Amino acid sequence: MNKLSLGAAMGVSFLISAAGIAQAHDHAQRVGGSAMVMAQADAGDNKVAGMDMAAPVKLGDLEISGPFARATLPNQPVAGGYVTITNNGSAADRLVSVTSPAAAMVQIHEMAMEGDVMKMRELPDGLEIPAGQSVTLSPGGLHLMFMKLNGPFEQGSKVPVTLTFEKAGSVEVELPVMPANAEAPAGHDQMKM
Amino acid sequence: MRTIRIGLWAAVVALALIATAAYFLVKVPGPGQPGTFGAGSYSLVDGNGGPVTEATFKGAPSMLFFGYTHCPDVCPTTLSDMAVWFQELGDEGKPLKAYFVTVDPERDTPAVIKDYVSSVTDRVTGITGTPEEIAKIISAWRIYAKKVPGEDGEYTMDHTASVFLLNSKGEFEGTIAYQEASSVAVEKLRKLLAKA
Repeated sequence: MNKLSLGAAMGVSFLISAAGIAQAHDHAQRVGGSAMVMAQADAGDNKVAGMDMAAPVKLGDLEISGPFARATLPNQPVAGGYVTITNNGSAADRLVSVTSPAAAMVQIHEMAMEGDVMKMRELPDGLEIPAGQSVTLSPGGLHLMFMKLNGPFEQGSKVPVTLTFEKAGSVEVELPVMPANAEAPAGHDQMKM
Repeated sequence: MRTIRIGLWAAVVALALIATAAYFLVKVPGPGQPGTFGAGSYSLVDGNGGPVTEATFKGAPSMLFFGYTHCPDVCPTTLSDMAVWFQELGDEGKPLKAYFVTVDPERDTPAVIKDYVSSVTDRVTGITGTPEEIAKIISAWRIYAKKVPGEDGEYTMDHTASVFLLNSKGEFEGTIAYQEASSVAVEKLRKLLAKA
């Protein structure tokens, strides 16, 4: 009898999990990029791709490369900005604040897809840049969130930002404004076709 | 022993019934189950103030996306993607309609949503309405939309980022996921158009 009951119980739990799967299945979507922490080797291809890529900006052990922002649509009072930060040092640093004359407020955000839901959150403690690694802010993931814009971001213009790190201090970087759906800085093939 | 056995079997049967009921309750309806997913009644407006109701989505296959203008990433990207898909489809895409419904009606007035959408493509219609009526369409399509308060009274919205595909009866046929490859998206649209 034990075997029978066990079998029946297993059947029941199968039904329960099948119900769960049926729901999960339709929502199974591509998981969007969240924090992308990449090996340092990747930072090199910015230079290879060339074109009008600005040379990386150095600040102590940190190197900031591939900056860009996306043009805003009319009535879009917020914008996203993106950079790659490489830490060549032996100690972690942390991006703690960002300011820009282009917006009243700039926050460090992460965006992640949970199923098919987009969730965006401010990182109140900033963003850690681990020693010997690169952290890339890119569409669909980490980004600088410009809020209360002083004006639209127009393609072809440049948005200055001041990045402040816990240890390395502050540095100003210019973000070239790319098309509203740009996926990567100039010099990379960014259009999804 | 016998009593225990009967009791156990009764429990098993009860569990099985609950599981079966749960299965039918939570199952996300797909094509072929008209009248459930997406069913609802609402009275909204387009960017020109023209009426939009559940009947608007009948008569032609369409894409339905829920977003908002204070959105730095997903919404402008999806709008631009839609424009690219329409371009790829060319004449083939003529019968296809597309709608961008705001999940943030407090800030997205008809004029705001119209400018926003029409700057990217004239093939997508922006839709807004009162918070009550927007809540009805959100609930009909089981859209996840949640206000997340930030500093200084600013807020962002968490929201479902898939594009819904509707057939010419206004019924759900499938989705295009956020950042799905353009070729896949266009293929899904071709299939949708072929059914119409």
